[in-house]
Amino acid sequence: MLSDIERQRIDELLLHLPTKRAACIEAMKIVQEESGWISDQVLDDLAKYLEMTSAELDSVATFYNLIHRKPVGKHVIRICDSVSCWLMGEELLMDYLCQKLGIEPGQTTHDGMFTLLPIVCLGHCEQAPAMMLDDTIIGNLTPGKIDKILMEAAGTS
Amino acid sequence: MEKVLTKNIVPGNGARGIDDYEKTGGYSAYRKAVCELTPADIVKLVTDSGLKGRGGAGFPTGAKWSLTMPIEKSARPRYFVCNFDEMEPGTFKDRFLVENDPHQLIEGLAIASYACRMDVAFLFIRGEYVQAAKILAKALEEARNKGLIGKNVFGKGWDFEMHIHTSAGRYMCGEETGLLNSLEGGRANPRSKPHYPGTSGVWGKPTVVNNVETLCCVPHIVENGAEWFKSLGKAKDSGTKIYGASGKVNKPGAFELPMGSTLREVIFEQAGGMQQGYSFRAALPGGASTQFMDESLLDVPLEFESMKEIKHFFGTGVAVVLDDKTCPVGMCHNLLAFFARESCGWCTPCREGLPWLRNVLLRLERGLGEPGDIDALLVDQARLLGPNTYCALALGAVQPLLSAIELFRADFEAHIDLKKCPYKQGIG
Repeated sequence: MLSDIERQRIDELLLHLPTKRAACIEAMKIVQEESGWISDQVLDDLAKYLEMTSAELDSVATFYNLIHRKPVGKHVIRICDSVSCWLMGEELLMDYLCQKLGIEPGQTTHDGMFTLLPIVCLGHCEQAPAMMLDDTIIGNLTPGKIDKILMEAAGTS
Repeated sequence: MEKVLTKNIVPGNGARGIDDYEKTGGYSAYRKAVCELTPADIVKLVTDSGLKGRGGAGFPTGAKWSLTMPIEKSARPRYFVCNFDEMEPGTFKDRFLVENDPHQLIEGLAIASYACRMDVAFLFIRGEYVQAAKILAKALEEARNKGLIGKNVFGKGWDFEMHIHTSAGRYMCGEETGLLNSLEGGRANPRSKPHYPGTSGVWGKPTVVNNVETLCCVPHIVENGAEWFKSLGKAKDSGTKIYGASGKVNKPGAFELPMGSTLREVIFEQAGGMQQGYSFRAALPGGASTQFMDESLLDVPLEFESMKEIKHFFGTGVAVVLDDKTCPVGMCHNLLAFFARESCGWCTPCREGLPWLRNVLLRLERGLGEPGDIDALLVDQARLLGPNTYCALALGAVQPLLSAIELFRADFEAHIDLKKCPYKQGIG
C-alpha cells in the first residue's frame, strides 16, 4: 500500500502531466525513498495507482540506473568509473573501497550499512575522482577522504 | 575578452537569486521579447545570430525553431523541453551554468517558449544532479512568484507554464527522442525520424528540445542583437562557448571563451597546462563521443564549422586530456565500456557491437590480444558508423577508438607484442 504522503506527492506530479504513466519515473523515486529499493509489492501497488501493468512499470524500473529492484544498504555509494575519473585514479579508489568494506561492486556490507555500485559519469569531472553518497556528490576523493566519509555516514545513520 | 554567460558568476558564491539576477539586467530581455517583439521577430533574430545547438550536434537553433509546426495547424498544448540530461563523459558545463546562475536558463527557456509559441516548458534534469534540481526548483518558484511564469505574463496575454522533471540516470535520455520517451514515462529508446519532434514530439504534440547552454545564449541575443552575437566568435561560428578541461591538468574547470578558441588556449592557458610529471599526449575535445586530437591539432578552432573541415566532431566543447603516463588502449576500453553499458539495446548493431569492441579492448589491455585484433576492431567499428541505428550513440561511441588506432597504433601493437600493458596504470 502506498502511504498517504506518497500518494499526495504523486498526485502533485500528476497535476501538470497529461498521462498518469508520465509520472512513473519520479513516482518510483518517491516510493523508493522509504526503503531504498522497490519490492514487487510496491511495484504492483504503484503500477495500479498509475494505471499501468506491473510488467510495463518493471520495464521502466529496470532501465534506469537510479531505480533499485533489489535491496540496498542504508547508504548507497556510487563511484564514477567514466573517463575523467578513470584518468584520475578511480580504479585504485574502487579497490580501496572494496577492501575497506569487504565487498565487491554490486554488493552490500554484512551489517547492511553500505551498498557499493559503479556509476557512469556524474558530471563533476573537474573534481575527479568523484562519487555519490546517497544524494550527495563528493569530489577530489582520496583514500583519507573516503575513510572520513564512511565514518561520518556510519555514525549518522 | 567579453564574458557573456558567466559575466555575473563568481565561482564559490553559490546560485544567484532573482533579486541579484534582476539587478544585473536579468529578465529585461524576456520583458523586451514579450512586450516589444513578436515570436517571429525572435526566431529571425536567433536565426540571424547563427546560434548552434551547444549539446554537441551543432544544429542551427533558429532553423530548429522555424521547423516547428505553425501554431495555426497545431494540436495543443505545445511543448518546449530543456535538455539538462548532461551525461556525456567529461562534460560538466551545463551544471556549472545552472548551479551558479539558474535564472539565466529560466529566462532563456521562457523567451524560447514565447518565440516558438509553446504552452508548457519542461526542465529535464538528470537524476544525479540533485543539487542543480534543488537550485532550479527554488529559482522557478521565485520566477513564478514574480509573475514571470503563469497567466498573462507582463499583462500581454502570454500564458505559459514551466515544470521540472528529474530523471533517474541513463545516457540515452540526452538523445532528443529518447528524452521524449523518458518524459512520457517509458524507456529512453530513440524514435524513428521523421517525424521530427517539431511536428510530433512529446505526447505527439509539437515539441522543441534545446540544450541548457543554447538556451542561456538566447536572452543575450535578444538584448544585444544578432550582429553582436556573431562578432563574439573568433573564427566561423557565433557567440561564446563554455569550454572546459579535465584529466591531469593543473586547473580543471569550465571557462567561457570566444567560440573558435583552441585546445592550446583551453588546456595550456585556462586549465594551467599539464600537472608536473605529465605531458600532453592528446585530448578528446568535446566529451567521449569525439576523436582524439594530438599536438598537431592544438591550434584548430574548436567550433562546429572548423572541426567539420578536419572531419572531427566538436561535441560539447569540454575536453578530456590524455597524458603520457596513461594507456590509450585502457582509455579506449573505459570509453567503450561506458557506451556498451549505456546503449539502450533498441538497435542490434549498437547493443551487440559495442560490447564486442569493449571485450576486444579488454583482451588487448590484459595482454591477451592476438595479431588480427586491431584489424578486427577496425572492421567492426566501421559497421557502427551507420546508418544502421536509430540514433547516434554508436556513431559517437566509435569516434575515440577510430582516432586512437590511427594515432596510437604502436601502443595497440605493443600490447600484443609484449603480451601486457606497457603502462603502469592498467586494468586488472
